[in-house]
Amino acid sequence: MFSLEGITTNVQDWLLMKFNPTMALAIECVIVILLSISLFAILGLVLVLMERKVAAHIQIRLGPNRVGPGGMFQTVADTLKLIMKEGLTPDKADKFLFNLAPFVVMMVGMLLLAPIAFAKNFQIWDINIGVLYISSVSSLSVIGILMAGWASNNKYSLLGAMRSGAQIVSYELSAGFAVLTIVVLTGSLQISEIVNAQQNGWWIFKGHIPAVIAFVLYIIAVTAETNRAPFDLAEAESELTAGFHTEYSGMRFALFFLAEYINIFIVCAIGATLFFGGWMPLHIGNWEAFNHIMDYIPSSVWFMGKTFFLIFLIMWFRWTFPRLRVDQLLNLEWKYLLPISLFNLLLVAVIAILGWHF
Amino acid sequence: MYNQTEIIKDTSELGADGELVINMGPQHPATHGVLHLVVTLNGETIKKIEPHLGYIHRSIEKMCESLTYRQFIYVTSRMDYLSSHINNLGCALLVEKGMQIEVPDRAKYVRVILSELTRIASHELWLGAMAMDLGAFTPFFYAFREREMITDIMEDTCGARLTMNYIVPGGLMYDLHPDFQKKVKAFITQFKSKVTEYEDLVTNNVIFQSRTKGVGILSAEDAISYGCTGPVARASGVSCDIRKIYPYEVYDKVEFDEVLETAGDSFARYMVRVKEMNQSIRIIEQLIDNIPEGDFVGKTKNVLKLPKGEFYTRVETARGEFGVYVVSEGGTTPHRIKFRSPGFSNLSVLNHISVGSKIGDLMASMGTLDLVIPDIDR
Repeated sequence: MFSLEGITTNVQDWLLMKFNPTMALAIECVIVILLSISLFAILGLVLVLMERKVAAHIQIRLGPNRVGPGGMFQTVADTLKLIMKEGLTPDKADKFLFNLAPFVVMMVGMLLLAPIAFAKNFQIWDINIGVLYISSVSSLSVIGILMAGWASNNKYSLLGAMRSGAQIVSYELSAGFAVLTIVVLTGSLQISEIVNAQQNGWWIFKGHIPAVIAFVLYIIAVTAETNRAPFDLAEAESELTAGFHTEYSGMRFALFFLAEYINIFIVCAIGATLFFGGWMPLHIGNWEAFNHIMDYIPSSVWFMGKTFFLIFLIMWFRWTFPRLRVDQLLNLEWKYLLPISLFNLLLVAVIAILGWHF
Repeated sequence: MYNQTEIIKDTSELGADGELVINMGPQHPATHGVLHLVVTLNGETIKKIEPHLGYIHRSIEKMCESLTYRQFIYVTSRMDYLSSHINNLGCALLVEKGMQIEVPDRAKYVRVILSELTRIASHELWLGAMAMDLGAFTPFFYAFREREMITDIMEDTCGARLTMNYIVPGGLMYDLHPDFQKKVKAFITQFKSKVTEYEDLVTNNVIFQSRTKGVGILSAEDAISYGCTGPVARASGVSCDIRKIYPYEVYDKVEFDEVLETAGDSFARYMVRVKEMNQSIRIIEQLIDNIPEGDFVGKTKNVLKLPKGEFYTRVETARGEFGVYVVSEGGTTPHRIKFRSPGFSNLSVLNHISVGSKIGDLMASMGTLDLVIPDIDR
């Protein structure tokens, strides 16, 4: 059976055989960096194409269908165009911060990749405070956006960045509380522990209604955190032209664009890990045969399937809903989502203490 | 490199009390066309909006003075390009009124059908564009699916899809396309089956309602004093449908309701236009099977000369009252001409209804005013 675990074990064994342990670790680091960069590139290409196809399907159009079979290479062509384009820096911009901002946003995405379990025993860094690490690092991306908005010396950018700041800081809370419900149920912050706890059923099924509520809250909050419609106020093209990245062009714009999709992938991957059992296959009670068949599907396929399902959900939102207004956005968080998530956390704590979950 | 204080100074150039002055337009995604708004903001809150016109001024009124009475009609297709048939009709009615030309019944019926089709097409485009202003992209494509059928009908009928010219003084330029009735009926069936999709996607959407209800409230008194007409005024409860008050062509023979709402907010303006589309369908249904046979154009002289005097006609376009005022010295060209465009008066309330609201509300108010810039900036 195909498994990523086998490949990594073989590679490590071979490296340890050839080099001393320190050297082997260094080489592994390089391999991991190269792999994650290429994963980023591929994800960017795939997700942009997916978004355009999903949008086209929802909008009764065909979508890209000229470059390559079914428009497969459309995003490659677009990327080439962006690379060739001149990256303009506005005359009165703060050049250092202006150039730094896209990399900060991108870097956050890369850092978040570390604790994600892509398949069984296939994880870059199984840190014991995984969930805490994710929530703390993901809040850094707002710095990059504020930096971009401030340094552009453009009023639209500034407004977009301020909106984004208010939005991400607020919605971080709900997302955090939604994640905490699963931490309370599992009793661990470690990603591998959380996945293993879902061996006999995913939390969304085992955790009763509070887990479902937590999942809904999580999806709403991360849609807002990644600045996607209906919460795309930071970009809000009909209001602020392009919001915080109005002044960016060429490859630096592409980095923002890519970072958006990487962030979607990461939040969906975390959502899949917490609520849908990560790489765990679907098992139903005592159906032995069914469970065995499910086990034959590689764990990486399970993980990717769940993640892409959530990504589809978020894309679906974008192409269906109008945008919220900035005060409505903050009202939604502070008046509705936050009280609900606090109460929900309390409920989950009670369930966990009394052992009511399966 | 610039330090922080310099950046602050740059971003608030008129800077009293932290005011932020933003030039929205002429190139801006939400000011459809090339409207230029100078918006004074306090954070996200709007303090003042000043529309600046002139970016696409073509002095159409002056241009018309050197065109004959047959020619000047077609320049008006370039004003409110979404109501071109109705604009043309207004001008043709003026010439017919001045010269007492008899228009055959067939032409009258077709003119009304085309006017109503134009109105639906205009409202469809507005629906999509306004939803896009509020951040929903999909309704645009849904609305354009139906609009496309009308554009096809127009293309078959008069050869153009946007700046249509079909109406001449005395009747129509040429007879109807043989498939006209069939295609219009097909469109009516399609429209009726799909209009519920707008309800599901837009009207009943919670976010859409919260973005438009209570936003940009225009009272009936203000609507009258600013000279608003069309759906903008009718949403505030002002009855001002020219088709009802001063019926022209065959509007007095058909049954339809003047859509009135009382709330005066963006949602009321939205509802007026959606309901108006249904009323237009009702008018077309009554006429499409009864188009009389006969001439499509009345007998006119080759050279049209309006008698000396002043002439005024008005028609109801998709945006409101469109008036044509001509001063004639008895020659082949108008001595002076003035168009009363509905968009200009409707734009003038923008500052009044937006002060104190957020930038997002500006998009809702501006979207529901349904501005067509070439109409405002002639």
